[in-house]
Amino acid sequence: MTIRESKKKWLACGVGLLWFLILLWPMLGITPDGLEFGNTLKVFGYVAVAALIIMLFYQVQQAGRLEAAERPLKAVGGAIQAAYEKTPTWMVLAVVFALAVIYPLLTGRYAHDVAIQVLVYVCLGLGLNIVIGLAGLLDLGYIAFYGVGAYTYALMSLHFGLSFWLCLPVSAFFAAIAGCIIGYPTLRMRGDYLAIVTLGFGEIVRIILNNWMALTNGPNGILSIPRPEIFGYSFRSLSSMYYVILGIAIVTIISVYRLNYSRIGRAWEAIREDETAAELMGVNTFLLKLLAYAMGATFAGFAGAFFAARMKFVGPESFTFLESAMVLAMVILGGMGSIPGVILGVLALVALPEVFRELELYRMLVFGGVMTLMMLVRPAGIWPAKRVGRRSEEAE
Amino acid sequence: MDDKTPILELKNVVSAYGRIQALKGISLKVYDGEIVSIIGANGAGKSTTLMTICNIVKAVSGDILYKGKRINGVGSDVLPAMGLCQVPEGRRIFPRLTVLENLDMGAFFRTDATGVKEDVERVFDLFPKLRERSRQLGGTLSGGEQQMLAMARALMSRPKVLLLDEPSMGLAPLLVKQIFDIVKEINSQGVTVVLVEQNANLALQAARRGYVLETGNVVMEDDAAKLLANPDIRKAYLGE
Amino acid sequence: MDFEFFIQQLINGITLGGVYALIALGYTMVYGIIQLINFAHGEFFAAGGYMGVILISYLASQGLHPYACLAIALVLAMGYCALLAMAVEQLAYKPLRNASRLAALLSALGMSIFLQNGLMLTQGVYDKAYPTEITSGGFHWGLISVSYMQIFIVALTASLLVGLNVLVFKTRIGRAMRATAQDKVMSALVGINSNRIIAVTFAIGAGLAAAAGIMVGLYYGSVSYTMGFVPGIKAFAAAVLGGIGNITGAMIGGLIIGMVEIFAAGYISGEYKDVFAFIILIGVLYFKPTGIMGENVDDTRV
Ligand SMILES: Nc1ncnc2c1ncn2[C@@H]1O[C@H](COP(=O)(O)OP(=O)(O)O)[C@@H](O)[C@H]1O
Ligand SMILES: [Mg+2]
Repeated sequence: MTIRESKKKWLACGVGLLWFLILLWPMLGITPDGLEFGNTLKVFGYVAVAALIIMLFYQVQQAGRLEAAERPLKAVGGAIQAAYEKTPTWMVLAVVFALAVIYPLLTGRYAHDVAIQVLVYVCLGLGLNIVIGLAGLLDLGYIAFYGVGAYTYALMSLHFGLSFWLCLPVSAFFAAIAGCIIGYPTLRMRGDYLAIVTLGFGEIVRIILNNWMALTNGPNGILSIPRPEIFGYSFRSLSSMYYVILGIAIVTIISVYRLNYSRIGRAWEAIREDETAAELMGVNTFLLKLLAYAMGATFAGFAGAFFAARMKFVGPESFTFLESAMVLAMVILGGMGSIPGVILGVLALVALPEVFRELELYRMLVFGGVMTLMMLVRPAGIWPAKRVGRRSEEAE
Repeated sequence: MDDKTPILELKNVVSAYGRIQALKGISLKVYDGEIVSIIGANGAGKSTTLMTICNIVKAVSGDILYKGKRINGVGSDVLPAMGLCQVPEGRRIFPRLTVLENLDMGAFFRTDATGVKEDVERVFDLFPKLRERSRQLGGTLSGGEQQMLAMARALMSRPKVLLLDEPSMGLAPLLVKQIFDIVKEINSQGVTVVLVEQNANLALQAARRGYVLETGNVVMEDDAAKLLANPDIRKAYLGE
Repeated sequence: MDFEFFIQQLINGITLGGVYALIALGYTMVYGIIQLINFAHGEFFAAGGYMGVILISYLASQGLHPYACLAIALVLAMGYCALLAMAVEQLAYKPLRNASRLAALLSALGMSIFLQNGLMLTQGVYDKAYPTEITSGGFHWGLISVSYMQIFIVALTASLLVGLNVLVFKTRIGRAMRATAQDKVMSALVGINSNRIIAVTFAIGAGLAAAAGIMVGLYYGSVSYTMGFVPGIKAFAAAVLGGIGNITGAMIGGLIIGMVEIFAAGYISGEYKDVFAFIILIGVLYFKPTGIMGENVDDTRV
């Protein structure tokens, strides 16, 4: 990097910080009691320091000075990757599986709760991954299917006393139907219109849940939903519920994996890459997109039914747009189209905020920032899907 | 004349779309006041050459010199003010602006309102058809009228060098002749013209010198008359 | 009584529709020029609402006349949102000009979430009350009432719309905006810096949204950090209804969506009033994606 370029970078950084200050101060500093600067400067100070550190790191790295530090890190990374690639996949999976099975024995209640959350989001993330990562359709109302699944189980068990295990497929089925109902009119639309329309549909579902008092009990939600039972054993404890969602998550992972490498998966990929070309090759794009929608919704339905059983309560507030955005952020952070990527994304965005509890307030801010940042620096995610990854590198 | 510095010169210019190289090292010179013709088959890189000069396509390596100064990386939008102006392939008039507005766009960077007004009259004299249609939307003009509008719009910037990309494309023979006459007239008023054409015959007749492009390389350069007489050229580009 | 109710709804519909039109313009202009659904646009609207209440409160505490407060706050808030929009464009959209549409769309969505939470963190989670007393009072004819505030909103909306039309169709910069929307390469070849024009477009759209935010704050009496979301979708519906990219269309679409919402709330159901805009959005996209203005009035595109 030449001196001129680096000067330009620093100048841009300085202008950006100044601009940020101009935008920040009116929000924090103008009060009816007068003008105030302390708060603004404090926040600005944090941001400026962070920006300067990043810039310094960037500069040093560009100059190649970090190599001394980077080399051992890279070597370790490379070694881990090599080891990972050398170990047979089944072995890795077996270890992960074993860890997942004994996890509740090693940890406490709080950790179970976090793990359950992670697994629910894994199901949601993988389901959404079918729609956006495989078929390339941006669905911003995805959480509606989760809601449909949750309410289906809640209502069925309360009104008809049906068991969880029976309701699980029914919930998934209803969610899939909802997927088709929403997909049918929308999937002929152009990609970016689809995004806003699904957003609208998600809102409609939430509004209905909120206002159809007779069916959903409106904003108060539905209480005392039973936990699953099997042969008289009731999954009352959190750790037992952990095993239920673990099972659901494993089924989800396997199904998505199979779908990914099936003919259908390849057709989805063709649609994602070039819809017109796919159509010309004889792929029934509309039907396949509808299928992607329905499949994605199915897994959300599973997760929703579980969620209702786990919380013993459902209310419309669990199914807002922000929840959709959160799942989307996980998929993007991890890597669209990549199963390990999505799991990693979920872990990062559920577990990390749990660790940094005091930063809870900043959670959605960070999610939004991460979403934009990923698009700018690494659109394929932290663990890119193999095929998608290669392509995006070529584009650079 | 070769000892004079050219007004526009390309030295070994390479440019690419993604990873596919479209120009593989083009060198050419254009001297003040002449008409230079660039001919070549479809896909040879003629349009890419013009787009690279205007920095719409970035030059990967090589030098582009205008009036002796290197203009690689100079923004496309500042070149018209420097006197370098292109009428791109397919005319690209603004379809939902009126003819008059299109002409005003050609003089976008100019601040001398009275001068612009005079120039509108001047190009209307050159292309009387346009005057009749001045309030009509550009997109509703016929092909020939669109070509005239595109050239008129370019003239509104008072160019020193005018890059013309296939002005005859898709026009009836009579119109083609008219367009070439106007090109010669523009040139006679002191505008240097780079004329990209598939219609090699007319282009070489109008030009003083010519370049032949093939798959991103200059394969021949000579006086236009000599190229016209060259049997290989006649065979390859004049269909004989 | 029924007739008076109808007239009252009509007046309320025009008020709300004007506000939607102002927001819709930002969507439609940005889409017209870079084919991006700017999800963050709703947040510009919300930020404008907040900036309005912050400035009005401050200026009032300095003892300024209420109308002066309002006027100054309006101008400053519009300027603030213009700066905000240009920053967002520069940071999150400009580097993605040549990336896939999905990437740009997700970047916009990320910005929307980021800004919404930025508002929450700086302004708090609770609604912020507007000092509505500065425009209290109004006219009454029988059961029909028109508040001064409504008159103010309609008058301001109308003048902003007229101003925008003049800007886009009568000025040099407006011509450059339309040219850039029609052909970016060609507009560069005639000497237009498209990045600058795009920044200006964002600034104008956000300025209008900020004005809308202040009006909504005055009309409903408070602002909240989530206020950009639903009106944002409705305004987008309005933009689509009018034919996306079409300025006149966005104005008409906004009025229609506002009317539909008010009349649906008045005659059908208040709870489901938000659903109707979405249904219109889906219906238009399904049956007539080019919008009601159709293709033949293309010349009003940016
Ligand atoms: N926008 C583009 N993207 C990718 N390749 C292009 C593009 N435009 C032209 N090319 C390729 O560059 C080469 C030169 O094209 P061009 O300059 O248009 O040729 P000519 O004008 O001589 O017909 C061709 O092989 C063409 O396929
Ligand atoms: Mg060409």
